[in-house]
Parts: sequence; C-alpha cells; structure tokens
Amino acid sequence: MALLTDLINLNLSDYTEKIIAEYIWVGGSGTDLRSKARTLPGPVTDPSQLPKWNYDGSSTGQAPGKDSEVILCPQAIFKDPFRKGNNILVMCDCYTPQGEPIPTNKRYNAAKTFSNSIVEAEETWFGIEQEYTLLQKDVNWPLGWPIGGFPGPQGPYYCAAGADKAFGRDVVDAHYKACLYAGVKISGVNGEVMPGQWEFQVGPCAAISAGDHLWIARYILERITEITGVVLSLDPKPIPGDWNGAGAHTNYSTKSMRSDGGYEVIKEAIHKLGLRHKDHISAYGQGNERRLTGRHETADIDTFVWGVANRGASIRVGRDTEKSGKGYFEDRRPASNMDPYVVTSMIAETTLLWQPN
Amino acid sequence: MASLTDLINLDLSDTTEKIIAEYIWIGGSGLDIRSKGRTLPGPVTNPSKLPKWNYDGSSTGQAPGDDSEVILYPQAIFKDPFRRGNNILVICDCYTPAGEPIPTNKRYNAAKIFSHPDVVAEEPWYGIEQEYTLLQKDVKWPLGWPIGGFPGPQGPYYCAAGADKSFGRDIVDAHYKACLYAGINISGINGEVMPGQWEFQVGPTVGISSGDQVWAARYILERITEIAGVVLSFDPKPIQGDWNGAGAHTNYSTKSMRSDGGYDVIKSAIEKLGKRHKEHIAAYGEGNERRLTGRHETADINTFLWGVANRGASIRVGRETEKDGKGYFEDRRPASNMDPYVVTSMIAETTILRKP
Repeated sequence: MALLTDLINLNLSDYTEKIIAEYIWVGGSGTDLRSKARTLPGPVTDPSQLPKWNYDGSSTGQAPGKDSEVILCPQAIFKDPFRKGNNILVMCDCYTPQGEPIPTNKRYNAAKTFSNSIVEAEETWFGIEQEYTLLQKDVNWPLGWPIGGFPGPQGPYYCAAGADKAFGRDVVDAHYKACLYAGVKISGVNGEVMPGQWEFQVGPCAAISAGDHLWIARYILERITEITGVVLSLDPKPIPGDWNGAGAHTNYSTKSMRSDGGYEVIKEAIHKLGLRHKDHISAYGQGNERRLTGRHETADIDTFVWGVANRGASIRVGRDTEKSGKGYFEDRRPASNMDPYVVTSMIAETTLLWQPN
Repeated sequence: MASLTDLINLDLSDTTEKIIAEYIWIGGSGLDIRSKGRTLPGPVTNPSKLPKWNYDGSSTGQAPGDDSEVILYPQAIFKDPFRRGNNILVICDCYTPAGEPIPTNKRYNAAKIFSHPDVVAEEPWYGIEQEYTLLQKDVKWPLGWPIGGFPGPQGPYYCAAGADKSFGRDIVDAHYKACLYAGINISGINGEVMPGQWEFQVGPTVGISSGDQVWAARYILERITEIAGVVLSFDPKPIQGDWNGAGAHTNYSTKSMRSDGGYDVIKSAIEKLGKRHKEHIAAYGEGNERRLTGRHETADINTFLWGVANRGASIRVGRETEKDGKGYFEDRRPASNMDPYVVTSMIAETTILRKP
C-alpha cells in the first residue's frame, strides 16, 4: 500500500520540532517487552532530560487494578529505526509511585552493583551472543520447517546460504542495520546450527549498558518479526530431540583480565563462579534444564567445567586469551531467555565482590 | 500501480496556486463522518477566510428531500496529510439555510458554553484517550483474530509487539505521523488490552478545539483504514464476553485545578459530576451499558465512584495530582463513540457553570 508507506515514512522534521518517543519496559513475565509512545516538544539526547511516565501495571501483571500506576524512568536513548528522523526509543525501568523498584525491575539492583567502586574501577565489559528461533505464525513451528514434519538433520545450516538452508535472513539483516542505526552496539550475526535459528551479538558494552543494549536489540527484533509476520521465540529448547537449544553466551572481562598477567585473574574468577554454580544457574533463565543436557554443545546443568576452546564446557576460554596470557572468557550457561541485567551484574558481583568463606 | 501513486502524490504547488480543501462534517447518526473536496484559488490558513458551502442533507438523514440544503460553516483548518502541499482539511458544522444549527450539530452549543466568560476564565484543558477496534473487512471480525474463533485470552497484548500480539501497527503509526503533520495535538498511542484494539490521545487542547481535533483525528483514521483495507469501529463493546470494551476517557483540568490548592477544586468538581451522573451517562455514547459493567477496568454504569489510581472507578485521579495537591482528573465513563463536543462542554458546564 504505497500511500500507507508514504505516511509511515513522513519526515516530520520538515513540519514540526515535535518528536515521538517510544518508552519501552520489561513486563510481568520478565521476558515480555511492552512499549507505548508519546509526543515531546523537541529533540532529546540525554535520558535525564526525558519526563518520567506511567502505565497500567494491572494489564501486565505488575500492579493491582485498584492501585495500578507503575512509574517509568527513562534510562537509555536510542534512535528509532522505524520512525527515523529525531524520533527515539527509550529503555525504561519500573517503580512504584513511592519510588521503589517493582519486583520485576532487575535493572535497579544491577545498576547498584555496577556503581560499586570496586566494580567501576575494574571496567567490566560484556559481549552477549543472543540466539533466537523464528517460528511460523499460528502454528508456532520453526520457520522453513515443513508443517507436520522436520527438515533434514543439523549439519548444513550453520552459517549457510540457500533457500533450503537459511530461513528468515531478511529479518536478520534488517535487524542488523536497524540496530546499528539505533546506536545499539551490535557486533555481528550468524545463522545457527538448528535451521530457523539465528544469533546476533551485542558488545563489547560496559557495565549496565550491556543490559540496555540487549533489551533494545530484542525489542527491535520483535518489531521486525511483527512486520514480517513471523514469531520470535527466546525459548532455550524450542524443539526437543536432536536439535540445538538457544543460549545467550556471555563473554566477560575486567581491566585486570585485559592487562598483563590477566590469565591468572581469569582463572581465579572462573574458580569463584564454579563455587556459586547453583546460584548462577537458578538466575540464568527459565527452562534451561531442557537445554543444558551435556549434548548439543552444552555442559550438563549440574556440572561445572571449564576449558580452553571447549564448547562442551560451562565456561570456555579462547585460545587467543590463553596464548596472550590475558583477555576474556565466555560463560556458556545463560539461556536465550535470560535477563541480561541479572546475568551481567551477577557475574560482576561473584567475580569482583563475593568472597568464598 | 506506480502511475496512480504518481498522480496521487503530484505536488501541485509546482504548477498552480490552487489548493484543494476537504470539507468535513458529522452526518445524521452523530458518528458518521462525511466529506467532499473543492478547489480554492490560493492557500488559506484562517477558517474565517474560507467560503461557506452546502451539501445534500437528504442523503445523510439530516434534511428532507424537498428542502435538502444543509449549510457548512468552516470552523478549523488542518494540513491534509493525504494530498499534502498546501491542501487542507476543514472541520465544519451544519446549519439550515436560515442560519439555525441543525439538530445533530453539537458543536454549536459546545461553542456557546466555551465562550461563556466563566468558562473562558478557567481555561479548560482536555486530553481525550480515543480507543478503537480494527475489524477485518467483510467479516467484521477483529483484525488478527482467526475467522470462526478467538485469540488466546487478554494479557499478552497490552503495549506488546510481535506478529502474534500486535495487529495493525502500520495503521496506528501512519495515523500518528499523519496527525502530527496535520497539526493535530496528538500526544501518544498504545496497543490496548484486547488484541486488535488501539488507542491514541489528543491533548492537551483548550475548549472547543478539543472536539475539532478529535473529529479531525477520527477522520484521518478512517481514511487510513480505508487505504489499509480494514474497517474502523468505535463500538464501545465490539465483542461480548471476557474482552475489554472501548472508551474515550476524558482527562480534564481548569486553571484553578492546575494552581496551588487545586486538589480541593478537583474534589468539588468530582462531587458536582457525581450529582449529575445519570445526565452525563445519557450523553456519553450509545451502547455504553454493554461496556460499563464493573468489570474490565470499568465502573458499573449505575455507580458513581472516584478514586486515586483506581482504574475500576468512574473518575480516576492520578497519584501525581494527589501528591502535588493540584493537576487534573480522568472521567473514564465516556464510550469510544461519544461526541467530544458534547462530553467536553458538558464537563465544563457541570463543573464551572453549575452551582453545588
């Protein structure tokens, strides 16, 4: 519909100073994203200049109907790749009218951890590898898979091209450019081992911004799948059987790890993570036990094992890092549906603040 | 059809001074919007400079066949987002050839109320939250719903994204920009609790212009749904059962309410509204009894109840207003098919002109 597109693509900057700000927040399930838009009198680049807002928490399972207002606090601004111009996306977190973070607001505690002086001094960096599956609408069966059946076994699909091997690349490529436009630190994409599954990476992001960038990237992805009529799934094991699950491997380093002698710091950090394995696993995403089986490039959920270049480990250290004696490591345990605020801050907390007793 | 779009998008300003003005009025049902276009010799920005016009009222249930002329008086100008250039949309109201407002002309009385010196002094502001439902053409079943069936229950859809949760966003986004382009004070949009239902807000606007802007926004929305091939519904309870209805919550404040000590003015205004609950309800839209049941974030139609942050109330006061001791309140009773001229002027009349 040519005329509808003309209107959607109107460049308002030619006619008005006003901009549209899409306020985005995490809903009651901890993985559902919600958003609504408001008009502002002029362009804004600093989140502290944006007004707080509120929404009906009783419609998202976050407040009772009799006292339903939940307050939205703007935390990070990105350019809106859909409305373009001076229009923006705003990542927010949620508070009661009294100013307390509501229970599903995981950003609040993460921000506290990241503003701890020890953590700040260590300049934590994160690179998150977000895997996801595209599903056909209505049937909720992976994109490209025959209805009532299965494609050929895994092997040909990883990083492949071709109409019989790559399903949904238009979504992936649109997402890549949209994220770069928005200012999200997207560092790459690839087709995954299971057909219809893809991955993008966000990073390196410092501290709290890793969570902000990943949530906005997820929002942009869900908007794009909406446009194309496919359904986004962050389920960690969408299809049982001999099909890979979906994870959110989290790469991590601190200033000390990146400096000479960092390899020892890395080994010490991994040791601490091993001592808190159960606590981390319980915060690393719902349903992860269906994915962390010890098969399909995972370590069993009850086992903590680390190794260089070992994709069957809980934690993998790259050969480059081993060779240079410094670098970063990859926590392969988080599920695709993890909350990046929780995972990043917990890794920082365990490795920098927690002491075994 | 590439060449048809080329023609539709012709920028006439390159070739002529002439402009096209689309005169818009409300038809005989009180909810149907009608319009026709005419050529004018040059750009116009002031409604008083526009000529009066007329139309066949016998074709809209507004005049008998043997005396069918209804006169259109231009009242408000907006930029035309469809024709663009210097072309305009004109909101009009309707009169007999003798100069009397016809019965369905609700703007006339509203304008009288809004020009009363007591009302003018109080600078009444309105923010109207217009909810609406998109229906699939021909079957008149909500957009995105399976034919012959229902989607999963309410919960996932409010403010959501995704092909399984959000139906018709292209219409909503096109409407948002088109209204901003047109000069309508559209302040926001969101996806609603029932799938296929959406909301936009117009405001804050002063006095009579609230009605003008909401009607212009409704017109633009109906033109956009026409392009998209879906049907616009302002029915207050489009689907029976455990599905939200559609309202037109009207946020309201006066100068006194916005000033220090305003909270007491608000409470006294709400009390006055409570005393006229039945009269207001009668004017707040047809079919509202199917929507105001006491469930689905409404108060029962026979009950008048107000509360802070209470979405099950007739009137809701926001927490910020309570905290600041001044602000505004939200009348949640109007149905989506209400006439904004009627609702806005009646609220002003009851709260400013009526004595307790």
